[in-house]
Amino acid sequence: MSYYAIKAIYIYEMTRFFRTIFQSLFSPVLSTSLYFVVFGTAIGSRMQEIDGVSYGAFIVPGLIMLTVMTQATSNASFGIYFPKFSGTIYELLSSPISFVEIVSGYVGAAATKSLMIGCIIMLTSTLFVPLQIAHPLVMLLFLCLTCFSFALMGFIIGIWAKNFEQLQLIPLLIVTPMVFLGGSFYSISMLPPIWQKITLFNPVVYLISGFRWSFFATADVPVGLSLIAISAFTILCLVIIWWIFRTGWRIRS
Amino acid sequence: MRLLTMSDIICIQRLSKSYAGGSNVLSDINLNVKNGEIFALLGPNGAGKTTLISIICGIVRASAGTVMVDGHDHVKNYRKTRDLIGLVPQEIALDSFETVMRTCRLSRGLFGRRKDDALIEDILDKLSLIDKRNNQLRELSGGMKRRVMIAKALSHEPKILFLDEPTAGVDVELRKDMWKLVLALKERGVTIILTTHYIEEAEAMADRVGVISKGRLALVEEKESLLRRLGKKTLRIELQKPVNIMPTVLEPFNLDVVDNGSTFLYTYDKNADRTGITKLLSELSASGLILKDLQTQQTSLEDIFIDMIQKENS
Repeated sequence: MSYYAIKAIYIYEMTRFFRTIFQSLFSPVLSTSLYFVVFGTAIGSRMQEIDGVSYGAFIVPGLIMLTVMTQATSNASFGIYFPKFSGTIYELLSSPISFVEIVSGYVGAAATKSLMIGCIIMLTSTLFVPLQIAHPLVMLLFLCLTCFSFALMGFIIGIWAKNFEQLQLIPLLIVTPMVFLGGSFYSISMLPPIWQKITLFNPVVYLISGFRWSFFATADVPVGLSLIAISAFTILCLVIIWWIFRTGWRIRS
Repeated sequence: MRLLTMSDIICIQRLSKSYAGGSNVLSDINLNVKNGEIFALLGPNGAGKTTLISIICGIVRASAGTVMVDGHDHVKNYRKTRDLIGLVPQEIALDSFETVMRTCRLSRGLFGRRKDDALIEDILDKLSLIDKRNNQLRELSGGMKRRVMIAKALSHEPKILFLDEPTAGVDVELRKDMWKLVLALKERGVTIILTTHYIEEAEAMADRVGVISKGRLALVEEKESLLRRLGKKTLRIELQKPVNIMPTVLEPFNLDVVDNGSTFLYTYDKNADRTGITKLLSELSASGLILKDLQTQQTSLEDIFIDMIQKENS
């Protein structure tokens, strides 16, 4: 494995992130702050506590997950799509590196960016609501795994996409609705029984539930199940990426 | 840069490439490239030059056949083979918002090399880009961007350099500068494979020439021997006064008459035992024609190439 190649891709991608710092950092922080103002302060003050947690604090893990998932997906998908679009992918394909180095560089950078944004949003939330973290290490584990697995998914989307419209299609039409319907702003126990069962088919439910457990020690589904779900999702993405590079699908003719 | 001996560094055997739908881009290519030489690959648009290069570099997969680079299979030992190769593709492909220095650093890093800004600055200096090292690529002219492409390809010190139409669309001065650079790289032992539309480029630099047409390698030969073998010369005879009727004694020479009858063109094989020049001049004198000037012209590689492609097409 070429450590220098991973480092080169990682630094190049992170430089792009810092080059567009306003778009990369302030934009998600601003939109999340608006969620806190609207849902946490304005509406949240009129809502009951959920599992003994104020509504403003309850939505913090969901909001972090919402941002982290969308950012990890879009950063990774754009990261690998842009070389395809500009033609610079020839360098990746003709260099003496395997998919391990390529994925480590691009996914590592996208995961780092979304992790940074997630942490900043967490700090921002303390300006609006009192926040407690019951299990900090588990919280960090969930956050890192989510950043990594959704960056992997974004990488797949970036390779699959043939144009900018397709690049936005899955994050907008699938990821965002799944996160909204995955219990970001509510506990699934608040839903009618039939919808509680249907919601369990949404993998994001397990991620948000596990992440929320690390904050408040309450969860919709067992935390072990959440860890299994995110691990399975990560493995699935890795297998798909391995297959893409093995067959050259959409990257090598 | 390591010193190299003159042996085959690239060995291509029975290489073919076809795409879904059955179109054959390359058919049964067999080619050896010698260590340290400049090999020019000539051919019309769509002949398969870029596909051949892309296969060797690992961008395109071959349908059949093998490519060995420095004794290593380019699929099984892709890390070893690609490590030796630098590629300057035909299209300028750069991240417009990056700086010259950073894009070169990325190229070096991708090939597993430790960061070495001094080396990159040296390359940029040789390519007259040192003043632009901190400029974004979108701020550079087309010619500068093409030089950045070369700098990127050289940033990991390759032993083999592929130049796919390196001077397409660049002005004459820059083209000459690039030729100097290529010849300097050859001096340092780098093997160079060049595809070009500019026959004069191959004529000026190449040690050997390959002609590819319709996906087949029509010819591989030493440039000098090709020019000798196929090279014809033309004797241009300018007359004091134009002639209306060709004298009968000159008919066997198959002269072309140009400039309204004031110039004859005589094509001959300079390698032949008898070129016929002496006899022609004496017959001209006997016909009472007074000569104004005489010139000889060597058939260029371009003429040979066009002739070959025309024969191939017919």
